[in-house]
Amino acid sequence: MLDIKDLKARVAGNDILNGLSLSVQAGEVHAIMGPNGSGKSTLAQVVAGHDDYEVTGGSVTFKDKDLLELEPEDRAREGIFLGFQYPVEIPGVNNAYLLKAAMNARREHRGEGEIDSFEFLKLAREKMAALGMDPKFLNRGVNEGFSGGEKKRNEILQMAMLEPELAILDETDSGLDIDALKAVAAGVNALRSPERAIVLVTHYQRLLDYIEPDFVHVLSQGRIVRSGDKTLALELEEKGYDWVREAANA
Amino acid sequence: MATETEQLESLVNRRYEHGFVTDIATESLPPGLDEDVVRAISARKNEPEWLLEWRLQAYRQWLEMEEPEWAHVHYPKIDYNAISYFAAPKSDEDRPKSLDEVDPKLLETYDKLGIPLHERARLAGVAVDAVFDSVSVATTFKEKLSEAGVIFCSFSEAVVEHPELVKKYLGSVVPRRDNFFAALNSAVFSDGSFVYIPKGVRCPMELSTYFRINAANTGQFERTLVVADEGSYVSYLEGCTAPMRDENQLHAAVVELVAMEDAEIKYSTVQNWYPGDEEGKGGIYNFVTKRGDCRGANSKISWTQVETGSAITWKYPSCLLRGANSVGEFYSVAVTNNLQQADTGTKMIHIGPNTSSTIVSKGISAGRAQQAYRGLVKVMPQAKGARNHTQCDSLLIGKDCGAHTFPYMEIRNPSAKVEHEATTSKISANQLFYCRQRGISEEDAVNMIVNGFCKEVFKELPMEFAVEAQALLNVSLEGAVG
Repeated sequence: MLDIKDLKARVAGNDILNGLSLSVQAGEVHAIMGPNGSGKSTLAQVVAGHDDYEVTGGSVTFKDKDLLELEPEDRAREGIFLGFQYPVEIPGVNNAYLLKAAMNARREHRGEGEIDSFEFLKLAREKMAALGMDPKFLNRGVNEGFSGGEKKRNEILQMAMLEPELAILDETDSGLDIDALKAVAAGVNALRSPERAIVLVTHYQRLLDYIEPDFVHVLSQGRIVRSGDKTLALELEEKGYDWVREAANA
Repeated sequence: MATETEQLESLVNRRYEHGFVTDIATESLPPGLDEDVVRAISARKNEPEWLLEWRLQAYRQWLEMEEPEWAHVHYPKIDYNAISYFAAPKSDEDRPKSLDEVDPKLLETYDKLGIPLHERARLAGVAVDAVFDSVSVATTFKEKLSEAGVIFCSFSEAVVEHPELVKKYLGSVVPRRDNFFAALNSAVFSDGSFVYIPKGVRCPMELSTYFRINAANTGQFERTLVVADEGSYVSYLEGCTAPMRDENQLHAAVVELVAMEDAEIKYSTVQNWYPGDEEGKGGIYNFVTKRGDCRGANSKISWTQVETGSAITWKYPSCLLRGANSVGEFYSVAVTNNLQQADTGTKMIHIGPNTSSTIVSKGISAGRAQQAYRGLVKVMPQAKGARNHTQCDSLLIGKDCGAHTFPYMEIRNPSAKVEHEATTSKISANQLFYCRQRGISEEDAVNMIVNGFCKEVFKELPMEFAVEAQALLNVSLEGAVG
């Protein structure tokens, strides 16, 4: 589904990704781990198409399309969802309005009609209940005045509504208390399916207690230095990131 | 790396959709201004002697006044003798009795503007006093209004039909010598609208006027007078567009509102005059004096404006809160793009006891535009218990535009409660990226963010106007990022 080959990227003149390769198939859950500055978030942003990140080499294909040729909105419409580490506030723009506009953009792209308003509301309320979100959040400004946990739940709500084929969740667990973490994990697990791939970008092993990955990759200095199954995360937790830094330098 | 600024700069480029010129012969006076011109205007309109005298006095006062220079706007000196002070469609002499008699070309013009007059009037239940250039051409729904005792007609008509009302209220809110442009308007005003709502009457429909400047080199000097007698209510909508021009056109309108005891006036404006091209060439100079007088106790005047047009806007819809417990409101969205300049805001003058006022101003600047909010809250010594809340927000799109805030407060009563909040923000690249990552195009994202920013003001507009205003904003900022 997603094929990244020898990807190199820089931001503000600094090389961050230095030849990263990764292949993700439908139905799989991958966890990308690594110390701060290893390029985890950069990877997420490059796949989503943020303008600040300049791709200097390599290729990224999604469902056999050259992803790097597509605008961010077209990538989203093709089925890529990025759960942001720091979801931005958009004052005055109704949360439901953004959500509906996003769904309709996707539907239009697939040649489907706009979603019926009642159907939309029903669906949103259902998903919110599952995430333990107050339905009032639908009528608030996008992330406006939300706590850290509320913002992350809102990201998961959007993901649940949009049903992307590839969901990349960037540090979705950071800053969450245990209840919020469980709710978010339940939201992600509910979305696991043979047609869908999920990439979890995380600093800590903790999230993986709740969302069990099929593959774990360790990133260092812009490259994947180790790949394995979920036991790699535990090993990493035990030995610390110095262990991979040494591996990278070796 | 496509930078945020590059994107933002190119999002602001879009042509003025309403830039066409209707080919209707106009009967204009030659350029220039002296007492004879004032007399000629008055004579053409068959005005009574007192009104001619009123105009002449205004003219003489204007001669002694200086053009104001304090506003945060820049433009070449206006040659007042290069302007023609009267233009009227040919059909002036023989005014149509119904829409069937209206020049089809004129109706076509409205169609191009997306204002199918008959349709709109019928479907929306809005009475339209269509001002084309300076003379009213068609007035609809008159009968329904007259059943309720409401007078809604062109100013010239009011001078003939209701001279006592015009004489009583004209200049009672904005005196002739109030300011340079008001004095000029008083001398040469061509036409406009007149509204009188009798005691205890709730006007059965929203009153609407569309203005359109159409003759090259013709100053447009509208005069509007709205009087709401005791316990009455009226909602008045004013909207306008103008064809594309190379010469700058001066527009100096005066609007006077009078609210008697327990009366309420809601005055909404959508202003979309030609703003000039991307290099700042052409465009309307919009130097307007708008003032409402809450003359009676418990009266209320509410100004709502959406300003997207004009090369230069100089405009401060104000409220004189004279009656006890009277309420003044000002809700404004102003958009300046390319080289547009705007110096706009409001004045709330608290005179009576327990008066209150609310100011919500939303300024959006894009391109190289400069925008200033200038607001005065004045509490007079006798205005015990006065309250004001001012919120003044600016949104910048791109790096070459500017927002300036000049809040003035003069508080002469210690019991006053006055609050002022101000923010300046930018549409950030992160906000846009967030929306785009959700599949929303950049342009839709900008519109969404801008409309969200303006929401507090839009919700004050009558429904159909709000929809129109939102669309207008999207059009004004089309191409502002991307």
